[in-house]
Amino acid sequence: MLVNQFLILAAVLFCIGVYGVIARRNAVMVLMSIELILNSVNINFLAFALRNGSVDGHVFALYIIAVAAAEVGVGLALVLLVYRNRKSIALDELSEMKG
Amino acid sequence: MVAQNIAFGIIAVIMVVGALRVVTVNNVVHAALWLVLVLAGAAAQYILLAAEFVAVTQVLVYIGAVMVLFLFGTMLTRAQLGKEKQLNNPTWYFGIPASLLLLGVMILALTSSFGDEKLPTDSELVSTQAISDQIFGPYLLPFWALSFVLLAAVIGAIVLARKD
Amino acid sequence: MFAEASTVAHEALSSGWFLEHAFLIPVIPAVAFALIIFFGKKLPMKGSELGVLSMVASLVFSVGAALQWINRVNGATEEQYIDPVIRSWTWWNSGGFEFGIGQHIDGLSLTILVVVAFISSLVQIYSLEYLRGDRRYTHFFASLTLFSAGMLNMVVAENMIQLILGWEIMGLCSFMLIGHWWEEGANSRAALKAFFTTRTGDIGLLVGTSVLFFSANSWTQENLGVSGFSIRGLSAWALTGDPSHAAITVGAVALFIACIGKSGQFPLHTWLPDAMAGPTPVSSLLHSSTMVVAGVFLVARLYPVFFEGMNIFGSGVNLITLIGGITIVIAAALAFVQTDIKKVLAYSTVSQLGYMMMGLGAGAWMPAVFHIFTHAFFKACLFLAAGSISHSASHHSFEMKKDMGGLRKFMPITFTTWIISTLALCGVFPFAGFFSKDEIIDNVGHNGYQVFMVVGLVGAFLTAAYMTRATYLTFFGEPRGASAGESHDDHDTHDAHDSHASHGPHESNLLITVPLMILATLALGAGLFNATPFGESWERMTKWVEPRSVVVEDMDHAAVGETRGVRAEEAPVGEEPHAAEGENGAHAKSVCGTSTPEKGTCYAPQLQHAPFKWSKAAMSVIIVLVGMLISWLISVQMYTKKAGFFVGLTGRNKLLALGYRFLVNKYYLDHLYEKVIVHGIAHPIAKAAYWVNQNILDGIVNGAGLVARRVAGWVYRNVDQRVVDGAVNGSGAVARGTGNALRPVQSGKVSQYGALLFAAAAVAGLVLIMVNT
Repeated sequence: MLVNQFLILAAVLFCIGVYGVIARRNAVMVLMSIELILNSVNINFLAFALRNGSVDGHVFALYIIAVAAAEVGVGLALVLLVYRNRKSIALDELSEMKG
Repeated sequence: MVAQNIAFGIIAVIMVVGALRVVTVNNVVHAALWLVLVLAGAAAQYILLAAEFVAVTQVLVYIGAVMVLFLFGTMLTRAQLGKEKQLNNPTWYFGIPASLLLLGVMILALTSSFGDEKLPTDSELVSTQAISDQIFGPYLLPFWALSFVLLAAVIGAIVLARKD
Repeated sequence: MFAEASTVAHEALSSGWFLEHAFLIPVIPAVAFALIIFFGKKLPMKGSELGVLSMVASLVFSVGAALQWINRVNGATEEQYIDPVIRSWTWWNSGGFEFGIGQHIDGLSLTILVVVAFISSLVQIYSLEYLRGDRRYTHFFASLTLFSAGMLNMVVAENMIQLILGWEIMGLCSFMLIGHWWEEGANSRAALKAFFTTRTGDIGLLVGTSVLFFSANSWTQENLGVSGFSIRGLSAWALTGDPSHAAITVGAVALFIACIGKSGQFPLHTWLPDAMAGPTPVSSLLHSSTMVVAGVFLVARLYPVFFEGMNIFGSGVNLITLIGGITIVIAAALAFVQTDIKKVLAYSTVSQLGYMMMGLGAGAWMPAVFHIFTHAFFKACLFLAAGSISHSASHHSFEMKKDMGGLRKFMPITFTTWIISTLALCGVFPFAGFFSKDEIIDNVGHNGYQVFMVVGLVGAFLTAAYMTRATYLTFFGEPRGASAGESHDDHDTHDAHDSHASHGPHESNLLITVPLMILATLALGAGLFNATPFGESWERMTKWVEPRSVVVEDMDHAAVGETRGVRAEEAPVGEEPHAAEGENGAHAKSVCGTSTPEKGTCYAPQLQHAPFKWSKAAMSVIIVLVGMLISWLISVQMYTKKAGFFVGLTGRNKLLALGYRFLVNKYYLDHLYEKVIVHGIAHPIAKAAYWVNQNILDGIVNGAGLVARRVAGWVYRNVDQRVVDGAVNGSGAVARGTGNALRPVQSGKVSQYGALLFAAAAVAGLVLIMVNT
């Protein structure tokens, strides 16, 4: 197995996730795309852990999983709050930050 | 090694297709199910990468907990369970050049720096004990910080989602 | 020879319980802070007793440690390097990096410890009365105590991480205390300004610490067995001649930027006068005597790094002296146009900090540190005296022109302490300031920084002048405004303690005057701790505090981190391999700081001491006296008119006062009262000047006054307001312009932001790839 096959797979997943974050309008879908990005990072960590023969990558992959769980929890809570206030979770309607 | 490469290829194709479906499909619940496929594929890749424990955690946390959260989120926000036309932004096409540019740059960087380098084949599975030795040894402080983050997330989620 | 040396080596440095446990000094107030926060409101004195007790305990510990340190030094031989008492524990451990916490106790840290604990104790006692009845009384004491804990922690810090911890605690407490009365918008703005300005500098602290860590870590680990954060390690590393000049210069400059922010040096000094919005005890403790010297302390603490990084003995000018010199003059000029007594003192503080920096930059380490010591006493005293005036006489006003004047009759104790401290600040002979400030000026000149010696003398002149002006406005003339009994209706914010100030000016009670008297005594006598003019036996601080630049031939300190303070068996050999007869006898010349020690380690650069000459001292004292005299004459001319006008109205006929205000004969009254007051002031020189040549001298004096005022006003308007604020506003305007140009991009649509973000990241990655290949 090449190092690159994993890394490029991760890169592809990452870019698909980026596309999702940009293209999606529904907040839940954006959160799902972010999960794709986080997973691609994990693949990178584990590929390098194997390549370098070190355990550090595993440790950080686990940390990322935990952080992702926290992020989804808070993210969905935010989505719920937005939904409750505006009856919609379409992100393009949330343009209070317009300059 | 051939078997592993074949396995990698199949899983990778499934993952890429699944990921593409996640970001293109017009149904939130379907997207969540495609995401399950991608995450399961990722877990399989972790096993190929000799990361048993991380793979198991991936299944437990992601497929078990996070996906349930997503489905709950979909349900509670009363997103349409069927097809929905408004899932994409009006300016969704911005995403294509941005992500393709990013992909091009990354592939350029990866091929130029790793080329044909092979992964070691004789490596054993990383034992859970080794991981815990690392977590509770040199990386104890990030672990504490992480515990704090989780606590804050729990409290934050309750505060945000509470009705009053 | 060798046998002799080894007997010297095994002469154990004495130690003691207080020295060994100096780390407790910051722990006590930290614990007290927690107790005050949690239980303070339930205690009989609302938690203030805990604050005072903890500070007194810290003071006892500090003094005990200092006495034991003196024993330690006295027990050592002349040529021996006095090992600091270092203890260190692992604080945390992450990814192979170890961060320690502990204590690094030597003469410098003990000096500051004693000063901080002492001033804190007095200020807390003073605050018992000053803030009585305040609505956030408990929180005030909690913040004050936490501040002391932070400062003490920074001073005992064994490594840079611990030092940053204390440094940031101080920044936070400063914010809380300046904004103590945050209901008034100006106060909370001042608090934010102080916080952000010092934070700007603090970035330098982080950058500098990181740069030094990554440059020094491998050397210190290998040779001393300590991390690259360790202050001892950094000091030794800087003097090996091993580090690359770029790394150490960048590190020193970055650290110095932090010092500029914290110590109110020239471009970042604007926060300090605004910080006077806090309660007076806060101004006295934080913004004059202790916190603002943190920057100076950092330079003194890591002196070898700055010594090498700034090339202190090798140049006629460097960044530190330049900034210090500019600060002295700019701040002193600004002090002339202030009408708020606390602002005069604030600019005076800025100017004095400039002296300390300039001294350090020019290699006058000991005088600068000694100036921290003496300055703390007299500046704290001045601020507390100002607070006493506002508390008991001027109805919480700090306006000298509007609400003060003639107070010497009503407040004899405050007046006396003020005069003593003013003389000390100006550097008149037997007072404390003379021994430190004059030494700085002297040594700066001696070390080849002649230009800055002149700057120092000009600064001394200006100091004398503006302090005389402030003294005149406050204590002489006739009472005006609030001190004359006029009441103000416009400040009902801290009305809780207004009741006892409404009976006209009177002396403050004992809780306020006793701290004043103690501080004034020290302002009078503290100079004797290092009285260079009286010969070497009087230079006690030099002996106790200044680190000896001896080559320590003991590279094998692998166990430094674990060893206890007493390291009798491995006490370093104070042998001097390259001994050359030093010019001063006591301090033989060592190679430290000038060239690489061939074997062994240096911990301090070899410094020079200017020989004391009475002629130089006489010159600077004369300059000071001339400054006072001129300022006095100007003050009489400029302010008595107004004073006479006001006194005339209130003194003659209160009912007619308003009606008479704009009448023609006010000029007659002016003239009359001018004469009365000039006669009334028992100042023979003023009288003589007035009588001898009314016209000419008046002309000169008025002209000089006008010029001085114009210059100061111009500096204030142009440099302070226009250049510094202009730079800030300008950057704001630039940001606004760019913002307007980019406004179409800011659609408020998160997805478009995301697209831009990722595309930009991709382009940045592309650039990196192209640069690297």
